[in-house]
Amino acid sequence: MSNLTSFIVRRLLIMIPTMFIISIICFVITELQPGDFLSQYLDNPRISPEQIEALRNELGLDKPAHYRYFLWLKNIVTKFDFGYSFSYQRPVFDLIWERMGWTIGISLLTILLQWLIAIPLGIFSAFNQYSFLDYMFSLIAFIGISLPEFFLALVLMFFALNSGYMYIGGLFSPDFLGAPWSFAKFVDLLKHLWIPLIVIGVSGIGGLYRVMRANLLDVINAPFITVLRARGLNESTVRKHAIKNALNPLVSIAGMELPNVFSGTIIASIVLNLPTIGPFFYNALLNHDQYLVMSFLMLIAFITQVGNLLADISLALLDPRIRIA
Amino acid sequence: MISKRVINQFKKHKLGVIGLWIVVGLYIIMIFSDFFAPYSYMTTHSNVTYAPPSKIHFFHDGKFMGPFVYGFKKERDPVTFLLKFEEDRSKIYKIELFVKGEEYNFYGLKANIHFFGIKVDPQETMILLFGADRFGRDIFSRTLVGSKVSLTASLLGTAISLLIGAIMGAISGYYGGAIDVLIQRFIEVLSSFPRIPLWLALSVILPPNWPSTWVYFGIIVVLSLIGWTGVARVVRGMTLSLKEKEFIVAAKVSGVKDMKIITSHILPNMSSYLIVVATLSIPGMILGESTISFLGLGIKEPMTSWGLLLKEAQSLTEIAVHPWLIIPGFFIMISVLAFNFLGDGLRDAIDPYRTSEKV
Repeated sequence: MSNLTSFIVRRLLIMIPTMFIISIICFVITELQPGDFLSQYLDNPRISPEQIEALRNELGLDKPAHYRYFLWLKNIVTKFDFGYSFSYQRPVFDLIWERMGWTIGISLLTILLQWLIAIPLGIFSAFNQYSFLDYMFSLIAFIGISLPEFFLALVLMFFALNSGYMYIGGLFSPDFLGAPWSFAKFVDLLKHLWIPLIVIGVSGIGGLYRVMRANLLDVINAPFITVLRARGLNESTVRKHAIKNALNPLVSIAGMELPNVFSGTIIASIVLNLPTIGPFFYNALLNHDQYLVMSFLMLIAFITQVGNLLADISLALLDPRIRIA
Repeated sequence: MISKRVINQFKKHKLGVIGLWIVVGLYIIMIFSDFFAPYSYMTTHSNVTYAPPSKIHFFHDGKFMGPFVYGFKKERDPVTFLLKFEEDRSKIYKIELFVKGEEYNFYGLKANIHFFGIKVDPQETMILLFGADRFGRDIFSRTLVGSKVSLTASLLGTAISLLIGAIMGAISGYYGGAIDVLIQRFIEVLSSFPRIPLWLALSVILPPNWPSTWVYFGIIVVLSLIGWTGVARVVRGMTLSLKEKEFIVAAKVSGVKDMKIITSHILPNMSSYLIVVATLSIPGMILGESTISFLGLGIKEPMTSWGLLLKEAQSLTEIAVHPWLIIPGFFIMISVLAFNFLGDGLRDAIDPYRTSEKV
């Protein structure tokens, strides 16, 4: 165990310089954008150039780039202050935090759905390799991987509209938007929710299914399964062992799952008008709301790092064959 | 290398073979897209704004006529005031091959022969297989011509990321030590960002006033800047195992320079794996380009790409009233699917132990 603890400590320590480099990359990316937040006012005849200069001074945009970067970094480290949004005139951290609820909620639901569908189907396909259903599922999985999210969203919206379905776009019907939580509101949410879940989840379902099927096929042909059979274990016990062994490597996928689904919500939310952080990030990008964009990218990178670490830890705990170096 | 065994193995993979034929077909259509398109992709026709796809008929009043379309008449819906296109059964336009029509630029040559079409002034009636957009441009023609951007950007992007990835991966694996740690850390940092936010953030860097061709190359750079890390990882792993082989050691002892060993001994020995990795990374590139263009951060009018065509269909109203605007999306899906099939088949044939799985 002490081995594992020192591994975790070491990984956490490595994360500090990594996040530092990531913060530089985030800053450089946003800094390379042509123009800044105030460029959109340049063509506005109501705002004089002097006013823009004054604003630029007020927002600190007249300072040199390295000064702004270190100020931003210093505020994060000392005050956990991720900067100020230019367009919302509020701290970036609060803005992101407010939109995290739905983003995380929808992401977790999608992941749950993906695993509930993909794993059983993958197991079925591997045990019935070359059967008709195996071919069908594999083909559908391929199509799922190949569908661009935005296109799937448009097609689903089209079919829903054509069948007279009313619950498209957003998460609630207008009547329920400001209403307090009730059973009716919950049902309304469910009616809206399935389209986004499918759109965000489908490519992941296809990918997960293929990995599960391939893993299990590898395990089924492993010598230890033959040994189990030779010892006269009944088929269902053999299968149980096979599935258990095939599931282990999937843990490392789970680590990447959250950030992937998280970023998958961006496109779906823009098309389907969902109150997640996606459209917010997109608008911030277009408006040159620098600190908002940087903090969001930092957040996603951080989640990825943590996810990978958690995956490595649980893999080590689950599979005694894996040694931590 | 690609041997007879590999070809025979590939032929057994039915989906892979289907994928190959679709890919070949798509590229042939792409090369001759201006010729296959019945109209110029840029010309606007104010009389057919938002016209629905034309129906192709074979029988007129029970008599076989060969493929033809009817003319149309426009009416305003008395309730919604939307323009409605009705077939005008008194006018018949036969679909013919090699029809003279709108002029286009065929790789520097001015041409006006189209593969198929109807012999009538487009300002009067058009054959619109996929309908028309808000400027009355033929969506079918725009889809065909749009494949130029979508299919070449992904190919070029893959080529560049293959180049960067192969060099970085080979250096990282061959030299080991501090260089290896540095490159691996850098790859780790880059892959901490999921692709979509990074695509968007990087494509915003392209100045909005750039001409279309520059934007096109800019997008290719964006795609390959993110795409090379997967290649580098595979190449590094294979370099690690190759550099212990006798022939590499022999080359080293004979005093061959490191760069020469990498370029003429190590990389050629994994060329078949690189082909698999490249094929499997093309779908991601196609999706990347179309996502960026769909969100309006990529290719701009009057150029066209599949993602940009779908941008027109972004609102609920458009999907409800002009559903044919989403047809170009099927081309994204089919090309991605075909490349996935092809890559899968190639991998099974070249790389039965799946060393190139994780890209």
